[in-house]
Amino acid sequence: MPEISVTIKHEVGLHARPASMFVKTAAKFTSDVEVTHGEVTANAKSILAILTLGAHKNAEIIIKAEGDDAKEVLKALKELVLDNFGEHE
Amino acid sequence: MKTIAGIPASYGVAIGPAFIFERVEMIIEPCNIQDPEAELKRYAEARETTQGQLDEAYAKAKEELGVEAAEIFSAQKLMLEDPELLSTVKSRVESDLINVETALFETAESYAQQLEAIDDEYLSARALDIRDVSFRCLRNLLGLVDSPAEGLNTPSIIVSHDLTPSDTVLLNKEYVLGFCTAEGGSTSHTAILARGLGIPAVVGAGQEIEEINTGDDLVIDGDAGKIIIDPDKKALKDFKARQVKFLKVQAEAEAISHEPAITTDGHQVEVVANIGNVDGIQPALDAGAEGVGLLRSEFLYLERKSLPTEEEQYQSYKTIADAFGDKPVILRSLDVGGDKDIPYINMPPETNPFLGVRAIRLCLTRPELFKPQLRAALRAGYGNNLKLMFPMVATVEDVKQVKLVLEECKKELRAEGHEVAEKMDIGIMIEIPSAAIMADQLAEVVDFFSIGTNDLSQYTMAADRTNAHVAPLASGFQPAVFRLIKTVIDAAHAKGKWVGLCGEMAGELLAIPILLGLGLDEFSMNPPAIPFAKRLIRSISFEHAQHVAEVALNLVGDQEIRDYIQEAVPEVNRE
Repeated sequence: MPEISVTIKHEVGLHARPASMFVKTAAKFTSDVEVTHGEVTANAKSILAILTLGAHKNAEIIIKAEGDDAKEVLKALKELVLDNFGEHE
Repeated sequence: MKTIAGIPASYGVAIGPAFIFERVEMIIEPCNIQDPEAELKRYAEARETTQGQLDEAYAKAKEELGVEAAEIFSAQKLMLEDPELLSTVKSRVESDLINVETALFETAESYAQQLEAIDDEYLSARALDIRDVSFRCLRNLLGLVDSPAEGLNTPSIIVSHDLTPSDTVLLNKEYVLGFCTAEGGSTSHTAILARGLGIPAVVGAGQEIEEINTGDDLVIDGDAGKIIIDPDKKALKDFKARQVKFLKVQAEAEAISHEPAITTDGHQVEVVANIGNVDGIQPALDAGAEGVGLLRSEFLYLERKSLPTEEEQYQSYKTIADAFGDKPVILRSLDVGGDKDIPYINMPPETNPFLGVRAIRLCLTRPELFKPQLRAALRAGYGNNLKLMFPMVATVEDVKQVKLVLEECKKELRAEGHEVAEKMDIGIMIEIPSAAIMADQLAEVVDFFSIGTNDLSQYTMAADRTNAHVAPLASGFQPAVFRLIKTVIDAAHAKGKWVGLCGEMAGELLAIPILLGLGLDEFSMNPPAIPFAKRLIRSISFEHAQHVAEVALNLVGDQEIRDYIQEAVPEVNRE
């Protein structure tokens, strides 16, 4: 199962708008996607599960995907996080 | 007539009939079902209705409050269709054969409780969102008409236990004169929305408001945080007069809030904001702030378990400084100790913390605390107008030591190849009487002063501002404090340096004529006070203010000074 590790740089962490964008992006693909923060793993397509991860700024998260478009969904999520959720200073 | 005390949440006076905003109590009864498929079909239909209602709320919030406020409803839509929530509800209906209402209620409630258990203000607020959206869906399932606002067809004061985000947004604002709630604090949804709309509000008034009935005559005083039920003729007349005056003054103040603060005879001063973090940027700009006179960096250190890193601080300071472009942003270095404690810093207990190792005294002994902050500030100040200011300076020696550390940081940063602010203005807070008395010497070693009247008053009057018995001495208009302020301003001006004031006094309308007359260059205050301060400054002459200041400094005490200003400068009255 392919996986990547990224650090959340956004000021508010994986909350609020970044969390919504993350979930919306994951939902565009058919693969199953999981996010792990510390010891907790959550369904990347569930806003409630993502919020309960409590991933603050500078949190390192591991994203895993399984399915036909696993590589593509990982690439899209990685870009979203590295692009700081579209917010630039 | 009866008065109930609450928390003032939004300025102004509202007078009108009460409208009780309560929804029909929803009863969810667990029961067994025969046909899970039909049950899930009902669920799908209810969700579709809910989607439509959320779209409506989104559009309304966007129009009235902007895209950011509307985001709440976009997030609620994601929650409504959350795959984890849906699959839990579905499996409970299918395997436990229970009604969908019970399955949804219990599942949503368990998520809400998980979010509340996380020690984070933002996530706790999301618990309110999951409840808001699931209750909406439940009402649709039960066929309950969601119309607590039905019958609101005349301008009224909304009285409620508490209001959810969608309640507040969906209310027809034409009919809302004011809000009062039993629950909530000054940062609750209702409070924020009321301030955004400029509608008076009192929150956290407790169970007593349950006595109010729809149609009762009410007055809410958003300045004092009071709710008056069934006011007598005299009270009503007084409040009406205050309301008329207030609305006039408020309109005048808002109309000129983005104009410069120039007296009628052409003397200009700066009016800037006190803020704590990036959330303070927009309210400050909206209020007409010409920069930031006090960025309280300690907010970055609160409510966490370890020190913020240099990088975190850099990002935060840079975002704020860049948002103000070439307008000044004054960052105050970490001011802890006294009544502000940060557990993970491990400050040894002191018998007299206000006179102990606080603020700069602490930082100078703890380079691991001080240097990351200075490095972050030096990096963040590249390409904008960030300035640095140090609290609790008592002697010229303090300034020299601070400058040594600052130079050391600059050298390190350059060696590491970082871009560093070349010329960053360095200032100090004047809050210890010794610094006020020695202002002439201090003016030679810094670029500016900012007077911290809260501490300067308590140290000058030897009165602990956290001790209710003597606090009036420390928060009053003491001639001794005004005389020290005069000493500081005169000493700085003689050396060509400018002086600001960032204590609570800067935004107090009664104090402004005196400070203006003494020659203060910069007034730094909480953003809501800015339009009123500018309006006052623009309506009086510098010459008159100078005269008023001279008289005030020769009066004997607090009450004499207040009475005199009321009489000599009638423009100070907001109502």
